[in-house]
Amino acid sequence: MTGEASVAAGSTIDALGQFELHPVLGHLGEALRFSQSPLFMLIAAAVVLVFLYVGMRPAAVVPGRLQAAAEISYDFVHDLAVSTIGENGATFFPFVFAIFFFILAGNYLGLLPFSFTYTSHIAVTFGLAIMVFVISILASIRFQGVGFLKHFLPAGTPVWLAPLLVPIEIISFLSRPVSLSIRLFANMVAGHVLLEVFAGFTIMLAGLGAFGHVLAVAPIAINVALTALELLVGVLQAYVFAILTCIYLREAVAH
Amino acid sequence: MYRTPRLFLFAAPLAAVPGRAVAAGMPQLNFHDPLLIGQVVWGAVIFGGFYLALSRFALPRVERVLTNRRTRIQSDLDVARKAKAEADRASAELLSARHEAAEQARAHVERIQSEARASADAHAAETAKRLETEIANAETRITQSREQALSSLSEIATSTTQDLVTRLIGTQDEQTVASAVKRVSA
Repeated sequence: MTGEASVAAGSTIDALGQFELHPVLGHLGEALRFSQSPLFMLIAAAVVLVFLYVGMRPAAVVPGRLQAAAEISYDFVHDLAVSTIGENGATFFPFVFAIFFFILAGNYLGLLPFSFTYTSHIAVTFGLAIMVFVISILASIRFQGVGFLKHFLPAGTPVWLAPLLVPIEIISFLSRPVSLSIRLFANMVAGHVLLEVFAGFTIMLAGLGAFGHVLAVAPIAINVALTALELLVGVLQAYVFAILTCIYLREAVAH
Repeated sequence: MYRTPRLFLFAAPLAAVPGRAVAAGMPQLNFHDPLLIGQVVWGAVIFGGFYLALSRFALPRVERVLTNRRTRIQSDLDVARKAKAEADRASAELLSARHEAAEQARAHVERIQSEARASADAHAAETAKRLETEIANAETRITQSREQALSSLSEIATSTTQDLVTRLIGTQDEQTVASAVKRVSA
């Protein structure tokens, strides 16, 4: 959330201004269409890579704290990928790891004041979801050939139900990237709008004099609680995105 | 679960904030903004780079460390298992050696005990035999002495009687005295 933009002139709260894109690096950024969103993507990727690099630099048999953290994040996603996708899980593990940590780092970086949450942009989350969608279709063709189309008619269904079931299955298949992207986008937007609105309340109440100063504590307390909630939501949404990716990939590689 | 109060909280300020924010629309849906499409393209590039860096360098590095640890722990366990097997074998050998030694010692003690018993028995038997012969000799000697004593008894009695008679009456008849003594001592 961008703190300085939280209160518009007057008594209204500009809750959505924080999602506006502005070019960074001046004219160069404008020419390259480089806004703060890709900047924070770069920062997120760098943070994760530096975390893994610095964490694993000792390469100790008995890990220190940071190395243990790096190993736990590796093991966590590895177990998730292998246990959900199955024996081919190791193939997709780097992809699932990249998805999970790209989203997690985006969600958490967005909680810092003056930062930007790129996962609050439907274009970004839809892009990620479409990528998962396309990769799962490619994996289906790679592992099952054109035969994967038979999944659109669940096994054991009477043939006369096919005209009804096949369109339903196709619609549910096509709606996957939509639900995947909107879930993450809506959660992030809702959380950040809430934080912004309550922060705005604080400033508005503070303008009411001594009585308002006392009352202004309440929205701050709520924001503290909301920040804790957002920490939960941030990791939960990254996990949900990653595990749904794994489930789609399992269907793709299953015979 | 946590969703319902959250959505309520979300709806409340939206209702409270009139007009402007909602009317202006969400910046995320302003698809005419070149920056919006730009961030998708940049996002694809950055995510691609992120994926490559992870799959080529970062994750294999973690994997290597984990594999190293696993093999090292495995080999340490193997060494420990081997050492334990050796220790078990040595302990079993020690036990059997102790058992054997105890058996030998017991046999040895029994042999010595039986030898001692046999020699004591032999010694006792020898002593008994010697004592018996000595007793027998002694008995013979006693018998001889008694017979001797008994045979010389009448002679002494006769001579003593003769002396007594001579003292008493001044004379004596050898035949009479002898027969008298014989009569009395019989």
